Amino acid sequence: MKDKILVVSAIKDGTVIDHISAKSLFKVISILGLDKIDKTITFGTNLESKKLGRKAIIKLSDIFFKDKDINKIALVAPDAKLNIIKNYEVVEKKVVEVPDEITGIVKCMNPKCITNSEKIVTKFDVLSKKDVKLKCRYCEKITDQEHMEILR
Amino acid sequence: MKNRSLVSINDYSKDEYLKILDLAEEFEKKPVRELLAGKIVATLFFEPSTRTRISFESAVNRLGGRIVGFSDSNSSSVTKGETLYDTIKIVSNYCDLIVMRHPLEGSARFASEISQVPIINAGDGANQHPTQTLLDLYSIRKTQGRLDNINIFMVGDLKYGRTVHSLLMAMSKFNKITFNFISPEELKMPEEYKIVLDNLGLKYYEHKDFTDIVSEADIIYMTRVQKERFSDPIEYEKTKNAYILKDHMLVNTKPGMKVLHPLPRVNEIDPCVDENPKAYYFTQALNGVYVRQAIISSILGLI
Ligand SMILES: [Zn+2]
Repeated sequence: MKDKILVVSAIKDGTVIDHISAKSLFKVISILGLDKIDKTITFGTNLESKKLGRKAIIKLSDIFFKDKDINKIALVAPDAKLNIIKNYEVVEKKVVEVPDEITGIVKCMNPKCITNSEKIVTKFDVLSKKDVKLKCRYCEKITDQEHMEILR
Repeated sequence: MKNRSLVSINDYSKDEYLKILDLAEEFEKKPVRELLAGKIVATLFFEPSTRTRISFESAVNRLGGRIVGFSDSNSSSVTKGETLYDTIKIVSNYCDLIVMRHPLEGSARFASEISQVPIINAGDGANQHPTQTLLDLYSIRKTQGRLDNINIFMVGDLKYGRTVHSLLMAMSKFNKITFNFISPEELKMPEEYKIVLDNLGLKYYEHKDFTDIVSEADIIYMTRVQKERFSDPIEYEKTKNAYILKDHMLVNTKPGMKVLHPLPRVNEIDPCVDENPKAYYFTQALNGVYVRQAIISSILGLI
């Protein structure tokens, strides 16, 4: 029965991000800037998941996100689920949704776009959230899910 | 429109198109006016486009304004590695308006965000060239007397041709427009534009061949079919002559029908067509000066 015990230890207060597909874990870390945070963070990856095959989980002590910030990860982890923990109890559950606009994070796939040649923060309007389609505010070309490259 | 940059044809509403066209009509009646006295317009051509630059400079001169700038990046600090950001920051101190052409897409939008003066996009790579679209609209309205209820044939490279894409977007704002697309299989109108027309309930028809179907046209809008667009050179050799407009092909067309072309042409319009009263492309280019006069003076709030 020991096998069934959580492989990543529980946290007292903070956020648990579950149901990240394993291949997206490092992109999520990058988007949320977790590599630059000094709080306790535990990662688990290549965990079994019926839905995702291999999933990853992130537990962040004493970190809570604004919806606007956490929704950015929907681009790479659309199935992610959030558990907000207070005093070891789950007090709230959230899912993520791709926002209407994306600033930064994604590289425009058009090699002739000015954002790929000068220091410019990319800006996209989200045309489709399911099969993600992003329209660059600068070159007006579409970057789709398949060609989406995460910056940083 | 005052103090607002014109970067994309989608920046203007239908009413704003019409306002520009009405003003351009006034400039056609009386082209020389000292509205721009004491004003400086910078023409920054990071890649050469002689016709477009001369058209803009002619418009500024007829308005009595002064011009500073460069006609290709070899004669400017850009070759020394200066960023677009720095060039725009500096030049916008010296002038009242910037007209720019740049090989990279989105460059004009970026410039409009950092410039202290309005920007007119005179072409950003394959993306936008809104003054061309407005002069196309002007030419259509002038020759047909209306912008509603037009049957327009677009011919040639409909896949990469930015002028046809912008014209399609602008025309789709008017009523009862019918589009006919004539192009080789490899250069068909992209899906995203057909979706726009579907959503608006506008009719369009696609053809592979240049046939008598053009007898229904009010406007034939020709574009270049360029060799480098074809993945297979044999395919190019087979198709290149299929999209050349010859005089005899116009025999059964409507009497008021006009042939437009954004120019320069290569071989897609046979020179024998030039003498046909249905050929309108050289007058279309002249209309560009009036339309640019109208755009410049309304952006500077002089009219
Ligand atoms: Zn772009």
